[in-house]
Amino acid sequence: MMPQQASIVRTGAVESGNPLLVLRGVGKSFSNGVVALKDVDLTIKEGDFVSLLGPSGCGKSTALRIIAGLSSPSAGTLGWHKTLGSDGVGFVFQEPTLLPWATVFDNVWLPLRLRGVSREAARPAVMELLERVHLAGFEAAVPRELSGGMKMRVSIARGLVTKPRLLLMDEPFAALDEITRFRLNNDLLELWQDERFTVVFVTHSVFESVFLSNRIVVMAARPGRVFEEFAVDAPYPRDEAFRTSTCYAALCRRASAVLSSAIHSTGGASHDDD
Amino acid sequence: MTTIEQANAALDPEETRRVRAERLERLGRWLLPLAIMLFAIWLWDRVCVWNEIPQYILPRPGVVLATLFKDAPLLFSSLLVTLRITFLSLLLAVVGGVGLAVLFAQSKWVEMSFFPFAVILQVTPIVAVFPLINIYVDNQTAKLLLCAWIVAFFPILSNTTLGLNSVDRNLRDLFKMNGATRWQQLWHLRLPAAMPYFLGGLKIAGGLSLIGAVVAEFVAGASGQSSGLASRIIEAGYRLNAPRLFAALILISVTGILIFLVLSLISHLILRRWHESALKQEH
Repeated sequence: MMPQQASIVRTGAVESGNPLLVLRGVGKSFSNGVVALKDVDLTIKEGDFVSLLGPSGCGKSTALRIIAGLSSPSAGTLGWHKTLGSDGVGFVFQEPTLLPWATVFDNVWLPLRLRGVSREAARPAVMELLERVHLAGFEAAVPRELSGGMKMRVSIARGLVTKPRLLLMDEPFAALDEITRFRLNNDLLELWQDERFTVVFVTHSVFESVFLSNRIVVMAARPGRVFEEFAVDAPYPRDEAFRTSTCYAALCRRASAVLSSAIHSTGGASHDDD
Repeated sequence: MTTIEQANAALDPEETRRVRAERLERLGRWLLPLAIMLFAIWLWDRVCVWNEIPQYILPRPGVVLATLFKDAPLLFSSLLVTLRITFLSLLLAVVGGVGLAVLFAQSKWVEMSFFPFAVILQVTPIVAVFPLINIYVDNQTAKLLLCAWIVAFFPILSNTTLGLNSVDRNLRDLFKMNGATRWQQLWHLRLPAAMPYFLGGLKIAGGLSLIGAVVAEFVAGASGQSSGLASRIIEAGYRLNAPRLFAALILISVTGILIFLVLSLISHLILRRWHESALKQEH
């Protein structure tokens, strides 16, 4: 269904990008004694699509919040590439998190509006993005008139409207049905290949992380830490055919095995805390 | 294709029953209260006739209606006086309530420090406070306004404060990440989010400001300076003019109902596109 755009073909094996963000020994502990993150070392390279995969309570969302600047680490350092300011980061939440009283256009315009860009000046960028997320013609609708998948598309468009170098996504498709999720996966990959931003994607789903990323960081809980990191050696563009390929199945098997040993290393997932 | 159309045309018995029940309910919603009201008025009339109650104790409904027309110039000019106080105090309640709520929303410390004062103002019966106001304030209109304002501003303040503080946490994070200033966060996020709460408070405050205005006139108007509806009622009470008393009462109730309906309409128009409370139930 998706037209194949032959423009850029990148492979997971080739990672030539510069480090965009380096986490060194990052830890986060709370006053109630919970150690959400401990000694996390992570390097995000320009152009990466990195998935943080792990059970509940492994600190993957905390890591994302620290990267986003919403929470400060209690130990360790974050090193940004010198060309990247805080302006260069977009965020997509688990819920669509739209302003319910504002139209689709106004919701996507919001990050620019907060930076003082007028409606007219923002219009070309907003309209182009709405087209890219297949929402052309819906700019005057309000969120409650949209389906769950469409709301998430608005949320992605809003995350990208400032043309961020780094897009942080916190389980964005977890609440969607499978058919919608697959379509959004395809569309997100297409956007990523065309716009060449970097993605850090938090997920519970082995299948989603393998389909999307060129690198998977498996995390373990209690304390939250990086358990194992591995590259997904499958070429882009990936399409529906990839979902049923033997290569995909093998990669999923491997990721599942790593994830299950990560879960066992924490003494089982019986105390899920979210 | 034809089978689908047929299925559409012929409703099953359950669906037919549901549609009929719905239609009945729609009719009943208006007809039932109207019928009960008419019956009550009829009963009122009959009680007067059967027991030969004199007009100065309980006038018949027809007499009250006639008085409403006969005394219209007097009553409506008084109504205007009361309405002026009502709307002015409602306006002040909105300005004061929202203004204080915004101030409270700036910092938890401010809210913690000053909210108790608002509660004290609210829970002290206004009738008991009025003698003090009477001593400190000279201007009659200012007295009445202050009185009605104290009664009306609290629901707006407390609802708007609640609304300003119940913003989705993720949206707050989004604003923070995009470097929003305090003012931007207030204007683009917290005030719109508080709108449904504010409008709920406004509906209550509308009725209260009318009550406040009438009560204020009652306690102030004994001196005869004021000419609002309350003083008409007191006057009519002294003269045993029960028909006029009833007419004035009816005028006050109808005004209260109209204020509520208008504020409900405004609230519906503002919220209808996005808020759950304004959505029609769908099945």
